[in-house]
Order: sequence, then C-alpha cells, then structure tokens
Amino acid sequence: MNATLPEAAVQQQFDDASQQKEAAMLGMWAFIATEVLFFGVLFAAYVVCRWRFPLAFVEGSAHTDFAMGTAETAILLTSGCLAAIALRQIQLDCARQSAILLMITSALGVAFLVLHGMEYHDEFEEGLIPGIRYTQTGPDARGVELFFSLYYVITGFHSLHVLIGVVLLLVMAIRTWRGTFSSAYYTPIEITGLYWSLVDIVWIFVYPAIYLVGSAG
Amino acid sequence: MNATTFPGHAEATDGGYLVEGGRTLWSWLTTHDHKRIAVLYTIAITLFFFLGGAAATLMRLTLVHPDGRLMSAENYNKTFTFHGVVMVWFFLIPSIPSTMGNFLVPLMIGARDVAFPRLNLFSWYLYMIGGLFTVAALLLGGVDTGWTFYTPFSTMFSNSNVILVVVGVFVTGFSTILTGMNLIVTTHMMRAPGMYWYRLPLFVWAMYATSVVMMLATPVLAMTLSLIGLERLAGVGIFDPALGGDPILFQHFFWFYSHPAVYIMILPAMGVVSELICNGVRGKIFGYKFMAWSLFAIAFIGFLVWGHHMFVAGQSMYASIVFSILSFAVAVPSAIKVFNWLATLHKGSIVFHAPMIYTLGFIGLFTLGGMTGLFLAAVALDVNLTDTYFVVAHFHYIMVGGSVMAYLGGIHYWWPKATGRLYSEGVAKIAAWMMFVGFNLTFFPQYVLGYEGMPRRYHQYLPRYQDLNILSSLGAAILAVSYLMPLFYLGYSLFRGKPAHANPWRATGLEWTTSSPPPEHNFHETPVVTTGPYEYRD
Repeated sequence: MNATLPEAAVQQQFDDASQQKEAAMLGMWAFIATEVLFFGVLFAAYVVCRWRFPLAFVEGSAHTDFAMGTAETAILLTSGCLAAIALRQIQLDCARQSAILLMITSALGVAFLVLHGMEYHDEFEEGLIPGIRYTQTGPDARGVELFFSLYYVITGFHSLHVLIGVVLLLVMAIRTWRGTFSSAYYTPIEITGLYWSLVDIVWIFVYPAIYLVGSAG
Repeated sequence: MNATTFPGHAEATDGGYLVEGGRTLWSWLTTHDHKRIAVLYTIAITLFFFLGGAAATLMRLTLVHPDGRLMSAENYNKTFTFHGVVMVWFFLIPSIPSTMGNFLVPLMIGARDVAFPRLNLFSWYLYMIGGLFTVAALLLGGVDTGWTFYTPFSTMFSNSNVILVVVGVFVTGFSTILTGMNLIVTTHMMRAPGMYWYRLPLFVWAMYATSVVMMLATPVLAMTLSLIGLERLAGVGIFDPALGGDPILFQHFFWFYSHPAVYIMILPAMGVVSELICNGVRGKIFGYKFMAWSLFAIAFIGFLVWGHHMFVAGQSMYASIVFSILSFAVAVPSAIKVFNWLATLHKGSIVFHAPMIYTLGFIGLFTLGGMTGLFLAAVALDVNLTDTYFVVAHFHYIMVGGSVMAYLGGIHYWWPKATGRLYSEGVAKIAAWMMFVGFNLTFFPQYVLGYEGMPRRYHQYLPRYQDLNILSSLGAAILAVSYLMPLFYLGYSLFRGKPAHANPWRATGLEWTTSSPPPEHNFHETPVVTTGPYEYRD
C-alpha cells in the first residue's frame, strides 16, 4: 500500500477513500454497540446479585486491592489519552511520533494486564477464587463468593479485550513505523483507537462497581 | 477504482459469478464475492435443515404410539434438543439473512459487494465451526437440556455435552453479529446514486431491521451461554441457587435474546413476502412507509416482551401484566403488515406462480400463528397453555409456516437470478401446495392437543391423544416430501434447466437489471435510480 496515494488503498467495492473510511467507522461503532450489550449482561447480573446481597458485596469489595485497581485505572486512562494523541500525530503526518505513542499505549496495556495478573495471584493466596481456591468463612461468605465470581468474569472478559487491544495497537505501531499511514490514510489507527476507548469506558464502570464499593461502605 | 469502469469485466460470460473468479473448490472457499458466500451459506443451511428435519421425523415417528416404544425418554430429550438447536441457530436465524440477505442486498441497492467482504467470508467459517461443534456434540451422545438450556438443569444436573453445544452456538452467534454489522453498513454506505431510503425495496428495510436485532440481541446470548459454560467448568455461581445465584436470571437473559431472535426469523420473511407479493399482483405495495416502519416497530417492541415466556416462572404479577400488554402491542405493527398485504392483493390480477403460492401461504399461516400468539400473551390463558402442544403449534406456525414458507418462496423467486436457470414451475406449484397442506395437517392438530392439555417434550402421552398425534405424523410425512421435492427439481434445474434471461418474472428492482447469473461485481455500470421499488407498469 502506498501512503501517498490513498486511492490505491481503496477496496474494489468502494467508490472512493472517504466512503471506505465512513463504512469502516460505522462498522466499528456498530460493533461497539454489540460490545455494550455483551458487557451489559454482566453489569445486569452485578446489579441483581448486589441487590440480593448488599452487605456481602461491600465486604467482597473490601477484599479487593484498592491501590492496585486505582493504579490500573490510571494506566488505562493514560493509555487512552496517548492513543488519542497518536491519532492526532498521524493526522499531522508525524508518523514516527505516532508509532512511538502507539507502542507506549500497547505497553501500558501490557502493564495493566501484568498488574491484574498480580492481583489474581494475591487473591489466589488469600483463597478468594471461587471454584478454584475459596477459603472464606463467615455469615456473608456465600455472597462474597458470588461477588468474586462476578469479579472474575467481568475482569476476565475485560482483560481479554485488553489483550486483543494490545495486539491491535502493536500491529498499528509497526505499520505506522513502516510508513503505511499518513494524514491521507489513517482509518485503521482511528478504528483501533475507538476500540481502545471502548476498553477504557468499560473499565470506568468496572472500577467503581468492584473497587470503590468497599471503601464507601 | 472509478465508479463506472470495470477493467476486465466488459462482458459477463454466461456463467457470471459462478465461473468468474475461478471454478475450483478453493476459489469458492476463499471467495470474497457476496453472491458466492451466499451460495456457500445456502448449501450449509440446507444440510443443517435436513439434519434438524431428520430429528423431527424421529420425534413424529415416536409419537405415533402413546407408549413411546420407539425411543427412550432420554433419547427423545436429546432428539428434540438437537432439533431445536439446529433449526433455531443453524437454519432459521441465518436462513434468509445469510443467503438471500447476502445475495440480494448489494444487488438491490446497486452495490458491487457488501462493505466488508472478508468479514463476510469469516462469518461463514464461524458458522461452519459452530456447526461442527454442534454435530460433534450429537455424535458424542447428544444434549438433553432442550434448546433453551434452562438452569439449574443445564449447569448442575445434565450429564450431556452441554459445553460443546454452548460453544457451537456462541461461535455461530458471532457469525450472526458480523453478518448484521455487514448488512447495516452496506445499506448505509453502499447505495447507488438516487437510491434514497424510501426507494429501497422492503426486503432491504427488513434486512436492516433484522440486522439491528442481530447486533443488539445476540451478544446477550453469547455472554449468557459463556456464563453457563463457566458455571459448568469453573463453578461460577451466577445462576446457581446453591451459591446464592439466581436461575430465573438466566431465563431473563436467555429470553432477552431469544424473543428478539424470533423477530430475526420472521422480519426477513416479511421482507421476502413483500417483494414476492408485488410481483404476484404486478403492482405497488400498499402503504410502503407503514410497511417499512412497522418492521422497526416490531423490532423495537420485540425487545420489551421477553417476560411473556416467564409467566409461570415466579415472575412478579405486575411485571407479567406489563409484559402481557407489551406483547399485545407487537400485534399492532404485525397486523398493519398483514392488512397492507391484503390491501396490496385487493383488485390486483394475481398470478399464482410458485413463489406467490408460498407468499399467500405465509400470510395465512403467519396470521394464524400470530393470532394464537395473542392467546399466549394473555396471562390467565397462558398459565393454562404453558408447556403444552399449543405453544409448539403456535411457534411452528410462525417459524415453519411463516419463515420457512417465505424462505422457500424466496429461493424459488430468485433461483433464476442466482443460478441462471429456470426451474419447472408445475412441479414447484405442487410442492408449494403440498407444503401448505402438510404443514396444516401436522400442526393444526397440535393446537387442539395443547388445548386439551397434552404437555410438550414427553415421549409418552395419554392414549386419548393418539388419533390427533397420528394425524400430525401423517401431515409430517407430507411435509417431508414437500421439502425433499425442491432438492430434486431445483437440482435438476441446476444442470438441465432452461437458461434464464435477466428478468424472467418481469419484476422491478435493480437485481433484475443485471444478467442472470450476475457478473462478479454485479453491474457493468453503477446503476442510477430514478423511481421507487415497485413500479410495475402492466
């Protein structure tokens, strides 16, 4: 693909580059709508279970690592910001800067996953993983177990999305470094950025629901 | 590439897309052409239809005799589960959208292909992988949960291959989502010059409304089935009462998908019927805008009625009342459609070609299925009829009498376009009539059986129900023949049929302006649209 000739990158089914770009953007937005419903099930389950066991959810949340969760939030939001700047830089034809920013974004995604892995490890030590190693006792132990079931499903599916995002960002960084994109053609970067924002936004809802509930109680 | 020139495709050869782009199997399995992908889907879907049909045949054979001697209770459970899973996810949901939707939407709007051709091929592979999982589950001993996978049976008690089937349906779900996304973007972005929204054929409107439901409902099923898998594998207890979870929550999630899924099955059928009826009466559709927007009304209200599957599940009475009223509300846009089809027929000179017979059959059977749906939407009556054959008859009138009739009608109508061959109209008419008769013989007795209290999903029943069950099984035999017939005469047409010219039905619509079969990129010149969709002039 030749970056200086955007028409060369237009697939045969489209008339021109702008039609192709709009189609890709609309497709991504439609996919994001799908993802909202996908995670919506888990948030609905969270609401129902928390309504059934309000105190157990506060207690369960107190078992989570507040500092770690906050650090993960900061990392993810920073990475989202960098992805946005990377898009701006490619629009200004600063391909090298854009590539580096995308690389850092991807690295922050990895950092998020590493921190999450450490969290999972600590919880394994504490016996907080339902079905694998759960050693809690007490009056609310069952409700806490339900909280942790939801915690693992929600953060697990979210981390899976982060992992996909990390790979996508890495591919984009390499392609940008090689000069595939320019101010004339940068749709894949924009779409990857949209996806990464979805990952961010889902986390913005996960963070209070999982980590802040305990501190509030 | 410029909008109007296609180097290398100045003249279509006789085989059109069927030979352009390669004749090898590999060229078909790696194609990006929406028409070829539609053909791949049609072959796969036909295969699954006959697999599901074989399961239905076994069930009807068992039910000839009240003591259920042909099959044990366990095998019967596995048979109806296989029938349900295959027919719902591997036939009905992809049937019209993935075959005719894929084939026709780009042709009808004057596009060269769908917006994302590679994604389109990828969805076919997802569909096939999902299908393999499901067939593998059958070969390894089957699943006995019913297609609804109700918890806690599916999560705690069933010893069958639930995980395999759940994975299969999950994967196929993403094929549905991607197809929906492709069709939505295609309709928005790829319309030919002059193809304004109100000039779109109603089939395209129907596919658009269906795609919205596919995209918003299917992820809910995907996540819910994931939770079932995680509950079985890892002891996640969201639906497990022993762990404080809520099995009713599963039903809410499942029907939040599965009720809209019914509209994924029927909305495309309504689109097909709207095309066919205009050709059959050679006139405009009555109330075009009402027809278009009633599709969206059905799709929208369809998201708000899932609770009517749970009237006896311990749901709050007040919730049931609201769900009941909303379920009645769906009947309004549905009735608008039926009345508009009737008004379209009014004073028309009706041509009774085979697609039209299927169309008229659709309207009658859909109306009967819809009316009995109102019985089931009434809380008091539904409590009495829940889990009886009345429900079975109701949804088969919609899904088989409605969707399958329209699917076959559409297959016949667009057959010359897709293959470039004419089929034998006389024998096709016989098959269409046989299907109508066989269908009613099979399922009308089930209304009566259900009303008299015969429960569904048992291999045995009280001897007093035997007469009607024999009638139903006889009807099923006729139905089976009417399904097998097209395999032969359409198969014959494929190799020996007379060549079709571009527009054998003298129909309107862009798909008839290009050759039969269409060239690889559909049109030699991008068409410019100047009129509405149903400008019949004779």
